[in-house]
Amino acid sequence: MAAWIAFFALAVVLVGAAVMVVSARDLVHTVLWLALGLVTTAGVHVALAADFLAAVQILLYSGGVVTLMLFAVMLTRHLEGATARMRSESGARGVVVALMLAGLIGASLWRSDKLGAKAPAMEVDTAALGELFLGPLVLPFELLSVLLLAAMIGAIVLSRPEGPPGSVPRLPPRVTPPGGPHE
Amino acid sequence: MNELLANGPGLGAWLSLAGLLFCIGTYGLLTRKNLVAVLCSLELMANAVNINLVAFSRFHGDELGQVFALFSIALTVAEVAVGLAIIILVYRQRQGIEIHELTDLRG
Repeated sequence: MAAWIAFFALAVVLVGAAVMVVSARDLVHTVLWLALGLVTTAGVHVALAADFLAAVQILLYSGGVVTLMLFAVMLTRHLEGATARMRSESGARGVVVALMLAGLIGASLWRSDKLGAKAPAMEVDTAALGELFLGPLVLPFELLSVLLLAAMIGAIVLSRPEGPPGSVPRLPPRVTPPGGPHE
Repeated sequence: MNELLANGPGLGAWLSLAGLLFCIGTYGLLTRKNLVAVLCSLELMANAVNINLVAFSRFHGDELGQVFALFSIALTVAEVAVGLAIIILVYRQRQGIEIHELTDLRG
């Protein structure tokens, strides 16, 4: 019974946050609702006996991704308080595609016969995860670090200022006050 | 019915929740205009997939699903880093990150 109450509490918060992410007009609000959704997902992971994953979720998503996204919002806004307009003509199309997808997922869930299965008793064991990562899965694990390195270099190359290496980045022309520069 | 209540939410409940989240994310992906908001919707969808992986892991009693979810989280973070770098680049070149302005590759 308590498990169902926890499930519905998590589900309501999660779905509410998701709806706000796709409908909030202010970009900062969008990112903050996303942060709420990601933290609630950590709660879902705890309910599903994945404690280590919940910690990673909070550290990486809420700590890293949301902060990065807030930086991007602040850096790319022309005007303080500018709002993100919705594309009205594509709203109907979005609803149609989302409903079709929901129908597809619902139909395949409906046809499945293994959904009522009782969860087996499962020990939360972070050590087992570590042994998987450094045992049979060590090659994908190391490949992942190569991928992260590539993503880091790519992000730096993409976002560095133009011009030859070592040059001073171009700054917008400075407006001199009418009385001439002081100092 | 009483058995269902006593057992707690089953696999179907978690999968339905994740499916709902995925559909909401799809709607946002198709209707949001701003690139950062599109990236947020994409995060929502990746998140729903992670819930699926963890739910399958829980109901099969196998840690491998959690390992997949960890890989997925790391990949998503890399994707966000590169995506935000692209967004900054687009903003620097055209002073705006509205999707409908990005039509250079239209044939």
